Amino acid sequence: MKLHLKSGRLIDPTKGKDVVTDMLIVDGRIERIGQSLSADRSFETIDLKNKVIAPGFIDMHVHLREPGYEHKETIETGCASAAAGGFTAVCCMPNTNPTIDEESVARYVQEEGRRVTGGLVDVYPIAAATKGRKGEELAPMAELSKAGAVGFSDDGSPIASAELMRRVLEYSSMYGLPVIQHAEEQTLTKNGLMNEGLVATRLGMPGIPPIAEELIIERDIILLRYVPLSKYHVAHISTSGSIGCVRRAKAEKLNITCEVAPHHFTLTDAAVESFATNLKMSPPLRTKDDVQALKEALRDGTIDVIATDHAPHTIDEKEVEYAQAPFGIVGLETAIGLSVTELVNQKYLTLNQLIEKLSINPRRILSLSVINIQEGETANLTVFDPEKEWVVDIQAFKSKSKNSPFHGRRLKGKTIGIINNGKSWFV
Amino acid sequence: MKLQSRHLLGLEGVRKEDITLILDTAISFKEVLERPIKKVPPLQGKTIVNLFFESSTRTRISFELAERRLSADVVNFTAVGSSVSKGETLKDTARNIEAMKIDMVVIRHASSGAPHFLTRVVEANVINAGDGAHEHPTQALLDMMTLREKYGKLEGLRVCIVGDILHSRVARSNIYGLKTMGVDVSVCGPATMIPRNIEALGVRVYYRLEDVIPQVDALNVLRIQLERQKSGLFPSLREYHRFFGVTKEKVDRAPKPITIMHPGPINRDVELSADLADGPHSVILEQVTNGEAVRMAVLYLLGTSN
Repeated sequence: MKLHLKSGRLIDPTKGKDVVTDMLIVDGRIERIGQSLSADRSFETIDLKNKVIAPGFIDMHVHLREPGYEHKETIETGCASAAAGGFTAVCCMPNTNPTIDEESVARYVQEEGRRVTGGLVDVYPIAAATKGRKGEELAPMAELSKAGAVGFSDDGSPIASAELMRRVLEYSSMYGLPVIQHAEEQTLTKNGLMNEGLVATRLGMPGIPPIAEELIIERDIILLRYVPLSKYHVAHISTSGSIGCVRRAKAEKLNITCEVAPHHFTLTDAAVESFATNLKMSPPLRTKDDVQALKEALRDGTIDVIATDHAPHTIDEKEVEYAQAPFGIVGLETAIGLSVTELVNQKYLTLNQLIEKLSINPRRILSLSVINIQEGETANLTVFDPEKEWVVDIQAFKSKSKNSPFHGRRLKGKTIGIINNGKSWFV
Repeated sequence: MKLQSRHLLGLEGVRKEDITLILDTAISFKEVLERPIKKVPPLQGKTIVNLFFESSTRTRISFELAERRLSADVVNFTAVGSSVSKGETLKDTARNIEAMKIDMVVIRHASSGAPHFLTRVVEANVINAGDGAHEHPTQALLDMMTLREKYGKLEGLRVCIVGDILHSRVARSNIYGLKTMGVDVSVCGPATMIPRNIEALGVRVYYRLEDVIPQVDALNVLRIQLERQKSGLFPSLREYHRFFGVTKEKVDRAPKPITIMHPGPINRDVELSADLADGPHSVILEQVTNGEAVRMAVLYLLGTSN
């Protein structure tokens, strides 16, 4: 592999760098960085004029579905979707079957990721915090972290018991890995299908109140204050009240971080009027005020990470009555487009800040090595075009599942390619 | 005259002209019901399926009679003992039935939005006979027909819907329809059964029947489901009856007689006292008759517009 990246705009937030430059990459290593480099004919030249070269993006919240639900997605199709979406790494959530709650499964997903992508996309397991994600006993976190787990979560379900959550925070703190909470007080969300509020009232749909999320976050903050050496990360934050909780906890210098999914800063519960099941996810789409609060929180840094909560489901699973449909939508291939369209174009984030939230911050939270873009280092890069306008076509998705509410939507910002571990993929 | 939509999924967003057209058409069908031979030919050759995924006796019978009186061929499908219990999806069920060449589907389903889903997978006209806690448009239409008959007009009337508003599709369809027709609508029930932000639909909320009774012309009393007690929404039927049950004693304090409505079936002496249900100001059986007329009107207007 010999690549000549020509005239790209290299944005590297860790070095405060934003320059137009050439880059020579040989066998996955950055050979030269500099203006107007010349390269011989053995190099493949990729013209990156007006395109951005960034440290490789990581989506820290992905459901790869393998093992156990290969009809929805496999590690292979999920990684292909990640590459097409501009991600050189994904974290896979443990709600597989078997659950990622013991070493062999944690190793399997990483090895399978390497086998099917040759290293183009790194797969990092988030392991279950409790055995079987049942919320009863601690998962073997020490063994799991040794087997490569980068965080712990019962995602899909909250760690409901305050006692067990305290123990999870304590135990995980020995390994410096974050506990990722799916914040949902389930006694308040029973049978709930969408955000509780005017739209749910109009549609006669059982509601999921915003306070169900806020209660758990607030409780966890109290636990975190009591176990200050642990790391706590809120998955898919969705309400204005939750943002307030995190903002106050951050002001207190607690070890708290959070992520938002693109659909939560793009859509509101008003869309559910259509009863389209691709608008059904957990947490649900919230109100206009919540969307505004999420955008402000991205701007002021309360939200650290953009993560998609990529949740593939087949067409047959989704083409049912709203109440029967499973929660979740795919997100890997629309993340850059939605983020640039909704956040960069609307001036909530600069490109530099966007890259922090898609690469630098998630890697820091997960204690992954910093991507160093300099001569002699392995190239782990995402290249995207922030100006490219395109229309989402679910049929063009690499993901095995097509459950996206964004089909037909016009977006600005698209992946051009990725380079990682000596492999590259370009559109 | 034609309705704007080829389906009747709900009353939210339905124009005043369309509601008026349905109610006016229903008057002529009510006249048919008074004849010795209660059958007219407009839907001859049309096939209608009543897809009932939730148990219902009176609505299904009402629709079926309306369909037969319009000379349609009628097939009944109930979820109990059907392919649905063998795991078939609604989409497959609907497509299979449609493959048997049907023209209209009347659907009742426990999930809000099921009729809307159906319109995306079949070509037939879809009539919502009740979806979850969302809408039950023909019920609200028959309620409006009954009120209009009694008062000569709807505009300016004051109606209060009493009971479990949270779970009631009858309440929602009534709110949408009545508001469109210029009726002043309020709701009254335990706070646990008043959905959030309901005021934004333009209704006033009361927690004491005594406060609302002097303010209205009619009370539409909803059936209280006993299982709501188990889910923690009210403490006991006795307490419900004492505080939210509509009784003669309470309505007699009003300055003028109050019309009593109920979508049925009634829990006598729970949400509504027997003497009121059978009393001179009850229009409950009139509602049932008007249900026939309204359903004939809806079937006729949708079935002859293609």
